[in-house]
Amino acid sequence: MPKTSSDKPQRKAVALVSGGLDSMLAVRVLQEQGVHVEGINFFTGFCVEGHTHAIRKKDRDKPKRNNALWCAEQLGIKLHIIDVSEDYKGVVLNPKHGYGANLNPCLDCKGFMVHEALEWMKKHDFDFLITGEVIGQRPMSQRKDTMPVISKESGAGDLLLRPLCAKLLPETKPEREGWVDREQLLDFSGRNRKPQMALAEKFGFKEYAQPAGGCCFLTDANYSSKLADLWKARGEKTYEIDDIVMLKVGRHLRPRPHFKLIIAREEGETNFLRGYRRNYLSLNTISHSGPISLIDGEADEDDLELAARLVARFSSGRTSELVTVEVRQKNGESKNIEVKPLTAEDIPQEWYV
Amino acid sequence: MSETTLDARNLLCPLPVIRTQDRVEKVEPGECLLIQCTDHGVINDIPAWCRINGHEVLSIDEQDYEIVIKIRVGKTR
Ligand code: SF4
Repeated sequence: MPKTSSDKPQRKAVALVSGGLDSMLAVRVLQEQGVHVEGINFFTGFCVEGHTHAIRKKDRDKPKRNNALWCAEQLGIKLHIIDVSEDYKGVVLNPKHGYGANLNPCLDCKGFMVHEALEWMKKHDFDFLITGEVIGQRPMSQRKDTMPVISKESGAGDLLLRPLCAKLLPETKPEREGWVDREQLLDFSGRNRKPQMALAEKFGFKEYAQPAGGCCFLTDANYSSKLADLWKARGEKTYEIDDIVMLKVGRHLRPRPHFKLIIAREEGETNFLRGYRRNYLSLNTISHSGPISLIDGEADEDDLELAARLVARFSSGRTSELVTVEVRQKNGESKNIEVKPLTAEDIPQEWYV
Repeated sequence: MSETTLDARNLLCPLPVIRTQDRVEKVEPGECLLIQCTDHGVINDIPAWCRINGHEVLSIDEQDYEIVIKIRVGKTR
């Protein structure tokens, strides 16, 4: 084990790095104490970090950086990004502690992530875990009474240290064993962000991400209602990664309970959806320019005609008498149908998911 | 020098980074890896990931909807 200047073995901590300021501060607080820190970041499928920011053409000139990677670089630590999207389904579909304001299962989610980090820690021979949690900052997962739940249910117990509010919590093993000095840890609590900003200033962090809501799309009301619609239409709570990616792309209209249309809103989305034509039935206007659309669900001949009329409504032929629409099967076979575009009045508001 | 290709097209960030990370584990130091992507976010993310982990970005070739990034795998993992 490498030694620090005081000749104590250097301890190794793995930090949950979300990309926000709090995890950045938590890491730096421990680095200041000579602890070797590496970051871990989980890909759940719902992360705000990636996805869609580069789909829309207008956003391509300013591609968004991945904040977790950016933080790691500022801190000079390694970052391990782990795909947990399969196992995470259990968290979203059946959260023991229920959902927050939308479909965000924050308490179960935190427990799951800490557990995954614990497994990584053991496998890679690290000593303990840290998070940037602050008591009272989030209504569900960051409360004085729920923090012990996370420690317990994740299996991490007293190997989980929260440097930003450690002084308000029972002593953990890293403190007891003298791996870190409790005196130099912090006592932040509540929603007031001033102490974090002051500490950021002290550490010389000039730029950092300020997440508005949570760290994932499940806290977003529109996104959650689309996910709820998907579950309702399928008659069961399930999803695949393609489903949840699609919820972030295009306009979604459900004219019938058993199918919905995903209609590209612009060129970038058209190109993106084009890549999915082997997974979905697709519609494309031929006689007029228009967006590509995918059909999610089962559609019979009547449904296809309705879908084609709807797609024609979103094409440049919307006022024409007839529009030719290509209906393409997943295997590439296609046929053309001629339809009369729906009018705006023909489209009930409830169709918009 | 051998070179392998990773197809990360139609994957959205951070999946191309995760696939790169997983593939690099199986590549010998000094070898090159070509990563084909369609999410333009990789133009920031893959170089950032390489800087953190000690790999070298040799080129970023951006065509209309496809980006090909060539990296040389570093010694430290
Ligand atoms: S906001 Fe999303 S990622 Fe963050 S704790 Fe809640 S469910 Fe998990």
